[in-house]
Amino acid sequence: MKQKRKTAAALLAGTALAATVLTGCTSGGGSADGGGPVTQEQIDEAMSTPTTLTFWTWVPDIDQEVALFEQKYPEIDVKVENVGQGLPHYQKLRSAIEAGEGAPDVAQIEYQYIPSFVLSESLLDLADYGAADLEDDYVGWAWNQVSPGDEVWAIPQDIGPMGNLYREDLLTQAGIAEPPATWDDYAAAAKAVKDSTGSYISNLGATQAGQMIGFFWQAGVKPFGYDGAETVKIDVNSDGAKEVADYWTGLIQDDLISTDVDFNDQWYQGLASGKYAGWLTAAWGPVFLQGTAEGTSGQWRAAPLPQWSAGDEVSGNWGGSSDAVLASSENPIAAAELAKFINHDEESAMQLATQQFLFPPQQSVLSDPAFIDQESEFYGGQQVNKLFAEISETVDTDFEWLPFMDYVYSSYEETMGTVIADKGDIAAALDTWQDQLVSYAEDQGFTVE
Amino acid sequence: MTHTPTAARTAARPAERRRTSTSKRKQRTAAYLFILPFFLVFLTMLVVPLFYSGWLSFFESKLIGGEQFAGLANYVRALGDSAFWGSLLRVLAFLLIQVPIMLILALCFALALDSGRARGSRTVRLLIFMPYAVPAVVATLMWGYLYGPDFGPIAQIARAVGLGTPEFLTPGNILGSMMNIVTWEFIGYNMIIMYAALRSIPAELYEAAEIDGAGQFRVAWSVKIPAIRPAIMLTVIFSIIGSFQLFNEPSLLNTIAPDAITNSFMPNYYAYNLAFINQELNYAAAIAFLLGLLIAIVSYIVQLSEQRRERRERRLS
Repeated sequence: MKQKRKTAAALLAGTALAATVLTGCTSGGGSADGGGPVTQEQIDEAMSTPTTLTFWTWVPDIDQEVALFEQKYPEIDVKVENVGQGLPHYQKLRSAIEAGEGAPDVAQIEYQYIPSFVLSESLLDLADYGAADLEDDYVGWAWNQVSPGDEVWAIPQDIGPMGNLYREDLLTQAGIAEPPATWDDYAAAAKAVKDSTGSYISNLGATQAGQMIGFFWQAGVKPFGYDGAETVKIDVNSDGAKEVADYWTGLIQDDLISTDVDFNDQWYQGLASGKYAGWLTAAWGPVFLQGTAEGTSGQWRAAPLPQWSAGDEVSGNWGGSSDAVLASSENPIAAAELAKFINHDEESAMQLATQQFLFPPQQSVLSDPAFIDQESEFYGGQQVNKLFAEISETVDTDFEWLPFMDYVYSSYEETMGTVIADKGDIAAALDTWQDQLVSYAEDQGFTVE
Repeated sequence: MTHTPTAARTAARPAERRRTSTSKRKQRTAAYLFILPFFLVFLTMLVVPLFYSGWLSFFESKLIGGEQFAGLANYVRALGDSAFWGSLLRVLAFLLIQVPIMLILALCFALALDSGRARGSRTVRLLIFMPYAVPAVVATLMWGYLYGPDFGPIAQIARAVGLGTPEFLTPGNILGSMMNIVTWEFIGYNMIIMYAALRSIPAELYEAAEIDGAGQFRVAWSVKIPAIRPAIMLTVIFSIIGSFQLFNEPSLLNTIAPDAITNSFMPNYYAYNLAFINQELNYAAAIAFLLGLLIAIVSYIVQLSEQRRERRERRLS
């Protein structure tokens, strides 16, 4: 009996200790020794101590960039693990964080999911780890995504400023010589293309929230906001958003835009077969399309998105991710160096852009002739990278997300997706979506502005 | 069914007990040791998690404010959750439409194969059984392609003969399409269970029926089907449980037709989405528990009614 009680006491003490350690770890922010930025000495020391880091990412072949890092810091051993892409990745990340063990040191996180990990205080503030100095090296809006305030939650890896990829041959056939400059032109072109070729000028993925939110972003609509604590702003049914919605409702109801679900086999074949004469997509789209529609090589061109008012040059963003260091990492300095190196080191960043085809957020790459002067045969010799590099400067800088984007997207599918697929009134669906989001946020204890 | 052997066993027991010796006891200890590993796994992998999720379902966890005891709040919410009821209605549709079709077809195939009149019955048996060997994931993806409105072979054939494009993946039709997939997948499985039962019917019964002048159909109806009723009941119970637990099909069809498959399409899928997308783990636990309870009740009712019927028949005969 005595023996038993002792073990119980020891166990209790153990858990208490673990609890304090855990709370110590997950206090968010916090630098190495509780104050002040990390010094170069500390970094040097950390980087010459044998350390093993775990890095969760789904970027294919990122081992190549990690190898560069390991070459520079032979003492650091990085284990790259792919635990799934998108949702499964975040689910596993959350489970590991909640369990208090098994979480990686560095993890890939898409911009829109950063707030949810800020909310759970799972990310390390990299400002004190030398990341604050990197601000000017990145495209402004991309930096705002990882650092909305003084803290730096992650290092930008790639971005998806939006543009218009279109089939030049089909548009020419419809008598359109120039890519549509405004959305009005686009609607007119849609009619011409449908009448003379039978193709849809493009497809609006019924359940593709990312694309629609990108259009909102371009139109200056600010549907979401988060103060980093307990207050959120939800305004997906603003007048601006409804204008965008009405535009698409019109085109869809006139059967000028298809609403097939995207990124499935049907849709790939639609792109390859000319069912769609274009794709309003992001900077990662051009290379993706090349792999999907090989047979139509040379017939595609890239252009900026059509504009809401003539003469404007505004775009939105769709996709892209960053690398964040988890607050629970036992080697925060080395982990921060890894996140920085992969996405900031010139060789590594260049390699990400030219071999993994991640569209770079880094100014040095965006202005490097080796990157932007590349001519693409698929796009008739056009310098597609240069075009998107220019577009990346025109993305609205202040766009925020909610700390529960998983729910936002799934709710989009439920409320907006079904309406878009049924060619219904998208603006009205925005109201339903808004209601769902507000009631979820309130249920979860947020203050909704 | 099992009454006679049980009676025999109880009668034999007192004699056994008197003969209990050390060697018997040793044997018994050994037996317990043998099943110990199973019970350990059973306890840690099933019972404990079950209680844990039951425990979870009494809490409420918010993104802001953390975890709190909520009593039965999650259950109350579930009972008033139209999405949950909607998913249960779809299961009901499965039970009333898909399960009978599948089992009747399986029974027909089993009887046809058992009659020995079909040529190449071995091959046919294998072919019918094959879909069951195809993983549900592959099956659903394959059907997703077959159903495709633009490039799917069914749609192309239909267009070629001027029937227009059949829409399998629209919100209104997806349930039927899903029933078709599940039927295709599990017909073979159910057929094998019934076929195995048919093979074990003693040949004397057939001879007797033949002497009485019964034809093949009469034999099937009056001899074979009553003889394999326990096997049929087994497939019914399996199908009921399977219908409540549909997960792969909605989850995979969701990637193909996300506009048609809502998050709450099937109760099990709903619980999954609640836990991992809405991050409402506690509510998901409550839904899962209610679902488990419901499965137990429905299965029990089915079994009970069957037993009653059996008893009634025995009394009549």
